[in-house]
Amino acid sequence: MRFLRRFLTRLKNFAAGRQDYRRLQQEMEEHLALQTEENLRAGMTPAEAHRQAVLKFGAVAAIREGYHAEQGLPFIENLLQDSRFTLRMLAKSPGFATIAILTMALGIGATTAIFSVVDATLLHPLSYPQPEQLVRIVDDLPGVGAQDVGLSVPEWKDFQRSGIFQYVSVDGSGSVNLTGSSQPARIAFKPVAPNYFAVLGAKAQLGRVFDPNDQTPGFNLEVVISDGLWKRAFGGDPHILGRSLRLDNDAYRVVGVMPASFRDQGRTTEERNTELWAAAGFAAAPTPPPVRNLRFVPGAIARMMPGLTIEAAQSRLDGLVASLQKQYAADYPPESAWRVRLVPLKESLVGNVRQSLLLLLGAVGLVLLIACVNVANLLLARASARGREMAVRQALGAARSRLVRQLLTESLLLSLLGGLAGLAILFCTKGLLLRMVPDSLPRLNDITIDWSVLLFVLGASILAGAIFGLAPALQAGRLDLTQKLKAEGRSTTGSGEQARTRRVLVVTEFALSLVLMIAAGLLLRSFWDLFKVQLGFDPQNVMAVRTWLPVPNDPTTDIYGTPAQEATFIREVIRRSAALPGVQEAAVGSLASVPLNHGRNMGPLILEGRDVRGGDPPLVEASSVTPEYFHLVGIPLLHGRLFNGQDSENAPQVAVINDAFARTYWPNENPLGKRVKLNPAATSWITVVGVIADARTESLENAGIPQLYRCLYQRQDKELAIFMRGRLDQARIPEEVREQVQSVNPELPVFGAMTLPGVVSGALSQRRFSMEMVLLFAVTALLLAGIGVYGTISYLVSERTHEIGIRLALGATRGKIMQMILRQGLELAIAGAAVGLVGALIVSHLMAGLLYGVTPTDPLTFVGVTFVLTSVALAASYIPARRATKVDPMFALRES
Amino acid sequence: MGNQESDAMKRKSDVQQGTLALMVLKTLDVLGPLHGYGIARRIEQISGDLLAVNQGTLYPVLLKLEQEGAIASEWGASENNRRARFYRLTRAGHKQLQNETDDWAQTAAIIARFFEVKAEDLS
Repeated sequence: MRFLRRFLTRLKNFAAGRQDYRRLQQEMEEHLALQTEENLRAGMTPAEAHRQAVLKFGAVAAIREGYHAEQGLPFIENLLQDSRFTLRMLAKSPGFATIAILTMALGIGATTAIFSVVDATLLHPLSYPQPEQLVRIVDDLPGVGAQDVGLSVPEWKDFQRSGIFQYVSVDGSGSVNLTGSSQPARIAFKPVAPNYFAVLGAKAQLGRVFDPNDQTPGFNLEVVISDGLWKRAFGGDPHILGRSLRLDNDAYRVVGVMPASFRDQGRTTEERNTELWAAAGFAAAPTPPPVRNLRFVPGAIARMMPGLTIEAAQSRLDGLVASLQKQYAADYPPESAWRVRLVPLKESLVGNVRQSLLLLLGAVGLVLLIACVNVANLLLARASARGREMAVRQALGAARSRLVRQLLTESLLLSLLGGLAGLAILFCTKGLLLRMVPDSLPRLNDITIDWSVLLFVLGASILAGAIFGLAPALQAGRLDLTQKLKAEGRSTTGSGEQARTRRVLVVTEFALSLVLMIAAGLLLRSFWDLFKVQLGFDPQNVMAVRTWLPVPNDPTTDIYGTPAQEATFIREVIRRSAALPGVQEAAVGSLASVPLNHGRNMGPLILEGRDVRGGDPPLVEASSVTPEYFHLVGIPLLHGRLFNGQDSENAPQVAVINDAFARTYWPNENPLGKRVKLNPAATSWITVVGVIADARTESLENAGIPQLYRCLYQRQDKELAIFMRGRLDQARIPEEVREQVQSVNPELPVFGAMTLPGVVSGALSQRRFSMEMVLLFAVTALLLAGIGVYGTISYLVSERTHEIGIRLALGATRGKIMQMILRQGLELAIAGAAVGLVGALIVSHLMAGLLYGVTPTDPLTFVGVTFVLTSVALAASYIPARRATKVDPMFALRES
Repeated sequence: MGNQESDAMKRKSDVQQGTLALMVLKTLDVLGPLHGYGIARRIEQISGDLLAVNQGTLYPVLLKLEQEGAIASEWGASENNRRARFYRLTRAGHKQLQNETDDWAQTAAIIARFFEVKAEDLS
């Protein structure tokens, strides 16, 4: 209470700028008068009486100081005073100010840029209320080595009833044909449960979302559309509600439009760009019957009961799983070891980019540190020039703590100015920055410069200012007064300690740069290895265009319902595409056959004569292609045959596998003639007729993923890609293919044209992003370290001019002098490299997961980078070394 | 720059300020409203040379106490009819004096007991 009251009074005085000395003045006069009278009474002469009174009263200036300190807020007053002083000083040395502020702007700007990306992706990936309650429900079958196998409808209902969650919703994904607007369009679409938006806590901007208690077994024929689709396809029509849309030939009614700020959650970019949601009960057509052992629900998300931690929810869920396993023993064989996992939705979104982003943040943090070290070095150099100023101040009675405070204020102000400049740079380059961020980075929020980013800038600036200000400030505090003052007239007489500090700083800088350079080198080599990897297929001159056959809710209205019906369509499309100008070959495949498409197309695999452990077989990548596919993408045949014209809808079912499949499932056996099933319920077996070479069509990193291909005429697929090879006109092909497909069926959408080289380079986009960023940071660090060495060596040379003069006068050759200076630079570099190598070893092991094809201790990178860094140090020392050899001994000696 | 006292001097005055404040409160409690010089005289009489050199340091303390609300002040006429500022104890000041007196007594008693302790008492 007392302190608060006193503080408030002082704050008031301070704010009002009130400095009331009149009262003190009057009280002092009164005091002295009374004391003088008393002294007179004691028999002193008037002059002596006054003198004694003044003596007894004490030092008026100090008392006034104390009075003033009591009256206002001296700390803040000093801060303002120091800030004004600093600004004046900076204005007087614009060169120093520019370099220091720019260096800090670079460091803080880059750090903030990366932070804003990290903030939008890692820290706040979900833009929904109470995001901590949101989880993804994942089913695993560890007994058969399968993860994330999907849910069955009864399981979903069980979870819903468990009391652990407020809502559990199905989270499907897919796309749908939207017809009725100017062009048939393919829309990213999510089949969800009616409570989907209730889980996310999202509201519509127009109309409503689905009723979470809707019990319709099939699709309820209502759709919610995104703001983007509303504006694009319907021109933002305010009367959209109630309008009918045709999706895969079924009529749906629009009930709501989501706000522009709403982005859907999801594990892929397509899912996050969902534009249309339809709700179903998943208990009637078009979905399979809702039985317990049919896990066709691809995933589920849920909102936990308020106040429940994820651990508590998990343990309650474990109990439920155990009791379900007991109750339905036939559906949950113990061998498959059914487990249900709760993953925070945030984590399931971020997934594999966490490591790359943390690496980037770490890298940019190092750049900031290096920038700090550089500015600290600059400040030290200045401090030695200002040594006299500091000494004079101290001699006049300034407290050391006061001087340290002033220097810290200076560095904080510098770094805040740097932060401001960095922010300005960031604002100007925001567009460029956003273009560099790959689309595949999971984020629902736009990358913006918001309060948390501004707070980060402030925090980073203060921290940076404290870091680089501390060394010079503490040194100033330990100043030797008499020595400084004695060294009259000379501005620089750096103490040994100062030189030592500067050397330590440069060594630190070098070590940090080395760590960054090695990280960048390893990433670069990984990227290069992947870039140069033998793909196993030939993407050159290949384009793919997608189309999608509708799946109406009522199967009897499906005009592509049987393989024969679809085969007729596909043959016609191939015939027409092959006749397009420039096209030499054409083929059609399921979407899964597009190399590196990252789609999920795993299916269960049953091998003939092989006992399937429990009820759950291994999963395999399967796709369907027409016979022309393998030649077109350039995957060679190893054994047996490829598909041919005879593998039609009526012929026996056949399959082509890759070498990895053969090695995995039939090691040391001839795979030809072996039989498999991809559906436990299927009656007929599929015979393996050919083995093709492994190709990196699933993942650039891994060539050995087992794959199985079936003939598209035997195994139909609704999501199709039309492949073409030849001298293609990339700009015209999509339109030409659209004309051809729509002349067969005008209702079909044609979209998603891509070139295979583009797909391959897209698969590298995240790696390219981290590699480019880290490389950029590393080069910046190298530059800063070079400047640091240059500055320090120049300083040492200027310190030793006298000594060099003597050496030259005594007969040292210029070569010797050059050697001496260069050796100093080299020593710094070697010390820095030694420290840096240790740090780099730690960092490279931490980032092992991001590497491909190189070990974390790759000797070439380590040696190469050390060599480059040492060369830079030598080059940076060379200029001052040359200056040292130009020293005129006569001049140097006379100078002192 | 700003305040130009040395560290040592500042430390000393910090210690003084605490005891000085208590002396001021007690003086006003016993003698009623007084002006600055009066307070300084009384303290000098009782404490000897504590204020012998630096009577002026009393004034920042008076300001602090006033800002804390322990004392109040107003202009009045001194013995020889000069304009002087008179300080008096407020209710809050009474309470503060009471609390601090108790604290002092307690601390003093404990310290005194420690000084009386002999080796055999602790064995």
